[in-house]
Amino acid sequence: MKHLLATADLSYADALSILDTADQMASVSSRSVKKLPALRGRTVVNLFFEDSTRTRISFETAAKRLSADVINFSAKGSSVSKGESLKDTAQTLMAMSADAVVIRHGASGAPQQLASSGWIDAAVVNAGDGKHEHPTQALLDAMTLRRVRARREDRPSTGMDLAGMHVVIVGDVLHSRVARSNVWLLHTLGARVTFVAPPTLLPVGMDQWPCEVSYDLDEVLAQRPDAVMMLRLQSERMNAAFFPSEQEYTRAWGLTPERVAALDATDAPTVIMHPGPMNRGLEISSEAADSPRSTVLAQVANGVSVRMAVLFLLLSGDESSPSLTDN
Amino acid sequence: MSSFLISSVSPEGSDPVDLLIADGTIVAAGAPGSVAAPAGATVVDATGLIALPGLVDMHTHLRQPGHEDAETVETGTRAAAKGGYTAVCAMANSNPVADTAGVVEQVWQLGRDAGWADVHPVGAVTVGLEGKQLSEIRAMAESRARVRMFSDDGKCVHDPVLMRRALEYVKSFDGLVAQHAQEPRLTEGAQMNEGVVSAELGLTGWPAVAEEAIIARDVLLTRHVNSRLHICHLSTKGSVEIVRWAKERGINVTAEVTPHHLLLTEELVRTFDPVYKVNPPLRTNEDVMALRAAVVDGTVDVIGTDHAPHTLEDKESEWSCAAMGMTGLETALSVVQKTLVDTGMIDWATVAKIASRRPSEILGLPDQGGALEAGAAANITLWDPAGETPVNPQTHVSKGRNSPYRGMPLPGRVSATFYRGHPVVLDGQLTTPLPA
Repeated sequence: MKHLLATADLSYADALSILDTADQMASVSSRSVKKLPALRGRTVVNLFFEDSTRTRISFETAAKRLSADVINFSAKGSSVSKGESLKDTAQTLMAMSADAVVIRHGASGAPQQLASSGWIDAAVVNAGDGKHEHPTQALLDAMTLRRVRARREDRPSTGMDLAGMHVVIVGDVLHSRVARSNVWLLHTLGARVTFVAPPTLLPVGMDQWPCEVSYDLDEVLAQRPDAVMMLRLQSERMNAAFFPSEQEYTRAWGLTPERVAALDATDAPTVIMHPGPMNRGLEISSEAADSPRSTVLAQVANGVSVRMAVLFLLLSGDESSPSLTDN
Repeated sequence: MSSFLISSVSPEGSDPVDLLIADGTIVAAGAPGSVAAPAGATVVDATGLIALPGLVDMHTHLRQPGHEDAETVETGTRAAAKGGYTAVCAMANSNPVADTAGVVEQVWQLGRDAGWADVHPVGAVTVGLEGKQLSEIRAMAESRARVRMFSDDGKCVHDPVLMRRALEYVKSFDGLVAQHAQEPRLTEGAQMNEGVVSAELGLTGWPAVAEEAIIARDVLLTRHVNSRLHICHLSTKGSVEIVRWAKERGINVTAEVTPHHLLLTEELVRTFDPVYKVNPPLRTNEDVMALRAAVVDGTVDVIGTDHAPHTLEDKESEWSCAAMGMTGLETALSVVQKTLVDTGMIDWATVAKIASRRPSEILGLPDQGGALEAGAAANITLWDPAGETPVNPQTHVSKGRNSPYRGMPLPGRVSATFYRGHPVVLDGQLTTPLPA
């Protein structure tokens, strides 16, 4: 694996390898000295063309826990607003001898262009591109689900996949890179995926995706899924006629207190996931976000572990051969 | 003026003949060896070559005035000659827009001065292509450029009242309106065809219905006001069905398809290489097949290149910021051969029709698209259908390097282009422009 661009082309073996490595990384984060020397002397650039404090600090924390040098390059605007072109930015980073570039970009495909253009030979990690993919988010979700399963079945998570788990993803699938990365990875790992959304927020042409689609959240929740993942509703969708009003959206597709109560009443195993940041009161109620079912904070912690694993795996294996052991 | 004897050439794929050209006209045609060459005539051995009436492109972006970094009338018409074209229609989306007699006369004059091919400026339907107010259409029609075709190409004349008025207005001089069919609200921020691939890639979709809805509206408007409509770059199966429906009812509509929509599909967008970004977007294989069938059954009248050169920097960027468009003049006939002739769908006589004769009829060009016989203007393309060469955009004479066929082997090559009796291309190479 030279780059991590999308989950659509991530093999089962590579996915498990990342998740197993992430479990090892998680143990580092629980120690008092949260640092490994594995990437000492390597340079990781966080190239963010779009604001995302959460994702950036997660990658920054991951790289620092592996002792890499981290450069944060905020290139907001990019060539859209007559700034520096992606090419020039990439070549600038190359001249600074970056070993890995973590790129967040508003344009779908920008990480793939960076990786295939020949402008740069660093490892490229997609930290979210347009409405396309956000592979580390899907990996951290998979890690979270795997740990839920391991705890439930009382066995170690190493080597485990998600076969037979039912994951419900609710909300704005049309504009969501989280949904697009999750559908492929969850499928690769054997989970059953159901999307629930108003028809206006489902893309035309998704009929070949390996998933089921429903417009009825209550009906799907009554199937006692293993997890329900609420997607963030972007504020700019509110006025674009995708649905009549926020209230109507919440009533039909929000994880309301009533829906949480219904899960509790039937003692459903369902955990509640959200990639953050949450719109409390819109797609998710406080009762849901703060319920014992919520894995929101575990997802954040697992995000660091998964990103450590990805950086470690991408940057290991070449000349300086980083090692996971302390020395 | 010099004379040329083109020997043993196959006119539109039929039995070989000799053609004698003098003073810009075909003066004699006959069985090989039967036409006597006058003293001093240059003999062009055209054994194995196919003669076509010089190609006529109804859809070219020459970029001048205003975007001379991307193309000029000079470089664009050189590319036309190299591709076998003897006439091109220069779309109006220059800067300033070709919405006045002054601009169309300028472009027309630049074409005359260049001398590589006839340049027929297309007039903008609305001032500044803004879709608000009709341009001075009649002034352009009466200018030296004698504009007959009006289009806001690049933008759709989406206001139904304005479209109706334009269709009515051009009737006074037997003009036509060429519509870029794209419903603007349905295509806000659109990046590629809406369907399976856009759903996966997370690129905003350009739905087929946004093209089809405008075509349906416009053929009905055309019937209502009894005018003449041309549809630019038809790209969907549904559009074919609507145009076919309209033609069956006698509505005066003609339709164009581009070479790239006959060959390439949306699958190429998976590369995120902006060389494949074009408007209308590359569609599905089903659409490609429907467009080919539409050429065969006459629903599609003409091949138009939509030659759209761009600078490197306008294409070397993120997909969503990259300019839309592909070059096409120098590869068009090869793509036509590959998709329609080599597949056995049409013969060379039909190629002559769709790439030269019908466009000339639609535009009312007396000297183009004629029969290859004595008395016709000597606008002739000699095509060598043998062999395949990988496309190398670096060798193109257009300024544009944005060819989607880079590296793709394409059949055939232009051996010679006679423009008004003068060989602007000979042995596959540009020679000299038509002497003033």
